[in-house]
Amino acid sequence: MSLIQIGQAGGTLTGRRYWRSLEELADTPNFREWLHREFPENASEMLESRSRRTLLKLMAASIGLAGLTACRRPVEKILPASRGVEDYIPGNPLYYATAMELGGAAAGLMVEAHDGRPTKIEGNPKHPDSRGACSAYAQASVLGLYDPDRSQHVARGGRKSDWEEFARFAKEHFTGDGKGVWLLSGYFASPSFEAVRGHFSRKFPGARWVEYEALGRESIERGAELAFGERVETHYDFEKADVILALDSDFLGVDSPGLNAVRGFARRRHVESVKDAPNRLYVAESRFSTTGAMADHRFRVRSGEIAEAAAELAAAVGLRPGNEPRRAWVAEVAKDLAAHRGRSIVIAGRGQSAEAHALVHAINEALGNFGQTVNFTAPARQAGGASLGELAEALSAGEVKTLVILGSNPVFTAPADLNFAANLEKAGVTIHLGLEVDETAARSEWHLPQAHYLEAWGDVRALDGTASVQQPLIEPLYGGRTAAEVLALIGGYPHERAYDIARGFWTARWPAAEAERNWRRALHEGVVEGTRAARITPKTRPQAWSGAEVERGGIEVTFYQSPAVYDGRFANNAWLQELPDAMTKLAWDNAALMSPATAKSLGVANGDLVLVAKGARQAELPAWIMPGQVDGSIAVALGYGRTECGRVGQGVGHNAYPIRTSDGPGFASGYEVRKTGRSYSLVSAQEHHSMEGRPLVREATVDEYRHDPEFAKHAVHHGPAESLYKNLTFDEGYQWGMAIDLNRCVGCNACVTACQAENNIPVVGKQQLERGREMHWIRVDRYFTGSEAAPEAAFQPVACQHCENAPCENVCPVAATAHSSEGLNEMAYNRCVGTRYCSNNCPYKVRRFNFLEWHKDVAESTRMVFNPDVTVRMRGVMEKCTYCVQRIQETKIRAKAEGRRAIRDGEILTACQQTCPAEAIVFGNLNDPNSRVSRLKKLDRDYAMLAELNVKPRTSYLARLRNPNPEISRIDG
Amino acid sequence: MAVIFSRSADKYLRLTVLIALFGGAGAIGLIAYLSHPAVRDTGYAPAQPVEYSHKLHAGNLGLDCRYCHSTVERSAFAALPATEVCMNCHARVKKDSPLLQPVRDSFATGAPIPWVKVHRLPDYVYFNHRAHVTAGVSCASCHGRVDQMIVVKQTAPLSMAWCLDCHRNPDASVRPAEQVTNLGWQPDRDAAEIGREIIQAKGIAPPTNCSGCHR
Repeated sequence: MSLIQIGQAGGTLTGRRYWRSLEELADTPNFREWLHREFPENASEMLESRSRRTLLKLMAASIGLAGLTACRRPVEKILPASRGVEDYIPGNPLYYATAMELGGAAAGLMVEAHDGRPTKIEGNPKHPDSRGACSAYAQASVLGLYDPDRSQHVARGGRKSDWEEFARFAKEHFTGDGKGVWLLSGYFASPSFEAVRGHFSRKFPGARWVEYEALGRESIERGAELAFGERVETHYDFEKADVILALDSDFLGVDSPGLNAVRGFARRRHVESVKDAPNRLYVAESRFSTTGAMADHRFRVRSGEIAEAAAELAAAVGLRPGNEPRRAWVAEVAKDLAAHRGRSIVIAGRGQSAEAHALVHAINEALGNFGQTVNFTAPARQAGGASLGELAEALSAGEVKTLVILGSNPVFTAPADLNFAANLEKAGVTIHLGLEVDETAARSEWHLPQAHYLEAWGDVRALDGTASVQQPLIEPLYGGRTAAEVLALIGGYPHERAYDIARGFWTARWPAAEAERNWRRALHEGVVEGTRAARITPKTRPQAWSGAEVERGGIEVTFYQSPAVYDGRFANNAWLQELPDAMTKLAWDNAALMSPATAKSLGVANGDLVLVAKGARQAELPAWIMPGQVDGSIAVALGYGRTECGRVGQGVGHNAYPIRTSDGPGFASGYEVRKTGRSYSLVSAQEHHSMEGRPLVREATVDEYRHDPEFAKHAVHHGPAESLYKNLTFDEGYQWGMAIDLNRCVGCNACVTACQAENNIPVVGKQQLERGREMHWIRVDRYFTGSEAAPEAAFQPVACQHCENAPCENVCPVAATAHSSEGLNEMAYNRCVGTRYCSNNCPYKVRRFNFLEWHKDVAESTRMVFNPDVTVRMRGVMEKCTYCVQRIQETKIRAKAEGRRAIRDGEILTACQQTCPAEAIVFGNLNDPNSRVSRLKKLDRDYAMLAELNVKPRTSYLARLRNPNPEISRIDG
Repeated sequence: MAVIFSRSADKYLRLTVLIALFGGAGAIGLIAYLSHPAVRDTGYAPAQPVEYSHKLHAGNLGLDCRYCHSTVERSAFAALPATEVCMNCHARVKKDSPLLQPVRDSFATGAPIPWVKVHRLPDYVYFNHRAHVTAGVSCASCHGRVDQMIVVKQTAPLSMAWCLDCHRNPDASVRPAEQVTNLGWQPDRDAAEIGREIIQAKGIAPPTNCSGCHR
């Protein structure tokens, strides 16, 4: 459908109308046809065209053979270990605390292992940032461990080698003072790694060190250095902030400094009654981010103009009085911020310059936020040495004799102007350590397989300094080693094995008598006691703010971290690839996001390939029209278009690194965008299972809420609901239910991945996703309201609602789906014959059908990720959310065995609830009036989706509130 | 006009139809009968790699079931013992017996003994030993008098209907916790009455809905 059609059909909007896509807004015939099919076109057809006759033959043959196989009982063997394993009870999982490092900070984790296989990642409740929750990246990392495409052996010049050969080579090669030796790595917030590194630097003083992260925190760190004259780490306490202004900062999404940001923000969105006052969030940004979706006021500003707006704000809060802000919203926001001195936060995105960050520090100081909502500690990570640019220069000048790359992939991620791939050829010897044979490995003489964090000893600090010990859950599958081990090997560190390096480092810090006990405690708790950095109060330096030069020419391009593949490192992770982006709902792809007006002026429609070019640098990207994107600016996610990758990620999406240069890592303007005339198929999960324009998400402003506290219940008027069937009563024993607070959900998708891992949910791939065959049991719907230029957005996680009057149950001809006495809508897979009537009759469209044998081609190693407590479903059966019934049953059995008659509230956490950093999902027993879920369901904001159908869902929602500033009448600035 | 069908054709036709009907029904009935768990699985007694006699160990010597199946109260599985559990005794007792050669081999090499599974449930059934044993269901309720078996034999059909029979009427199958592994326990009064009292006291409610066993 062309954009012109959308424009014509869009018409005028009255009242609050929710729409999911421009097609829906325009209400085109295509969209309607899509909507009215039970499954999208082709979803119910077979993959290959077999004739009916062949099918009948096959059926006859399989019936004949089926009879034969039933005659013989399969012989199964039981193989008990020769010697018992400590703590191991067959059938019971074990949990180990460990930590994952991503972007120079720790995520504290608690990993579940079945029979020695890690199967599920949870947040470590004792970790100060995780507190039991974790991100989608961490959830999916367990799949990365079992990736069959991981690098499996040492390679030299492309042929198979081994660690012994490398050790011999390293011994001969690394001699002298290290001149001409360069090391390149990502961020390492690892204390023991720093010790190894220090030893290496002392042994080879001539060696140079480069730290490079494609999505680093350089501008944030340099900004703090500009402001205070020293390296400090900034911590924002969102729980204390009444008013927040995010300047191009997706702090609830991909710019998040940690889960505490989401948690703190969400806690301030918890509204029990009209007396509670939620916080207020202003967002000024170019790309419509998930933070923008949470905003009470969202201002569309090009990223290049953010610094200018910050300067105006600085003036308005009294830093340089006299300058009247040109932007009207800045004046109003400044007033609101000033009215909440010490209880506000201004935060800038990492795409912004160091100068902008320094200015924002000054603004926070002027607002009295230092020591209140904005605090400082010493940095968790030692500073890097040289920059990647210096390395590229040295490479180009032929000064690099040896380049050791520890876990990075600079050939793919380096800024385009450095010509890294070409320059790398000029290095004497390149040694690359990595999890996979990537673009850099392919151009290196030596490639060494890296140990995954789940199979390695190590340690890592959180941003607040708290150290965690990484302990392995499994022996390295492919003989990989850690970066510390490789560096210890070439530097001749006293310890060689990662265990000795990590343990040696920590036990040396403790008195000998306590060392063993402290070490064991650190392993058990997942955090090392007493490592949290003390707060400091750095002195601000007067700043010479010259005012940013704003480039307004050409089209601006902003580069953002992919919520799926990060900087490209997770490209081979199928769970992450299949995760629909929270805002665009695109899966298995990135795209050039542009506003409807920009698309119109360029004459492009969704999926048209455009050439984004600046000089000789160019990238071909598919266009995607994104409501709410600022005009004249294009946003593109990095990390896609890998060329040397495993089978999952190879060639998925389009590479945006070729147009990203060192002077504009976050954004740059002056790009030309041209239509190529070709198009590309983008797959969006947004229109699947639409719900026909009924008020599914309900929201109101705080004022409206105070006027009518039960607005959510009043949104739909319907007559008395009557059922044809006998009304069942559910008043005995446990009655399970769920409450989801839409005011808290930030659309981070962690629940979707957690559910996938817990419930053995298959991956279907882009082609099948296009046919609407996705299998996720929980989806996060994103709705727009308002105009297509400046919409507001809302999220709604939807899983099976466990209706008491379940429409799916009545239509099942074989009683494969039935109700339990505890109110669960249950699915017996072994009974299901695949009529799909249930899905047809489900008003929420939450049932998922196994159209194909999804698990057929799953690699042997990847099968190890399966949760043995949940059936791996086969082709031809229906499935859906079970409220994690395996966890319910396990907890009930445990409670009984312990002699308890009742389960404690909060003892059962569903996978989605457990991982939710916003604490938006609460599950529990409705029959207990004091359980958290019962209390939430009594709140006035509570409503049941589609209650008018009398299906009596067990999952209910707490309506969303927005807290707009009455002074700002217009939403868009 | 020539006669196409002979006089007897009608008779043969009727006969054929009759045979087809009864034969078909009979064949279906036969297959259903033979593949019923009660017929197909009950009585299964495969040869084991070691001629271990439960009658000798559990019956005559009086070893408690949990000496070997030690996880039965803590896990869904009543795990088979590690070889070292056998060697606790057999390092001294019958230490040269040729029958125990596979056990000694396993202990020496670390290779497991490949026992053949006797009581087998489909993969979509999540049976939990812990839940049953702690509720007071005896081993004998499902496995029979193993203490009298030289070769372990499946005595119950382990079919869904058979499971549900007990889940619907559990009274007679629940006994005091300390008698669970006493396979020959004889109650001094009506077993169902004792069961009812325990069910009351412990608040036992055996699930009869799908997710009790299928997840």
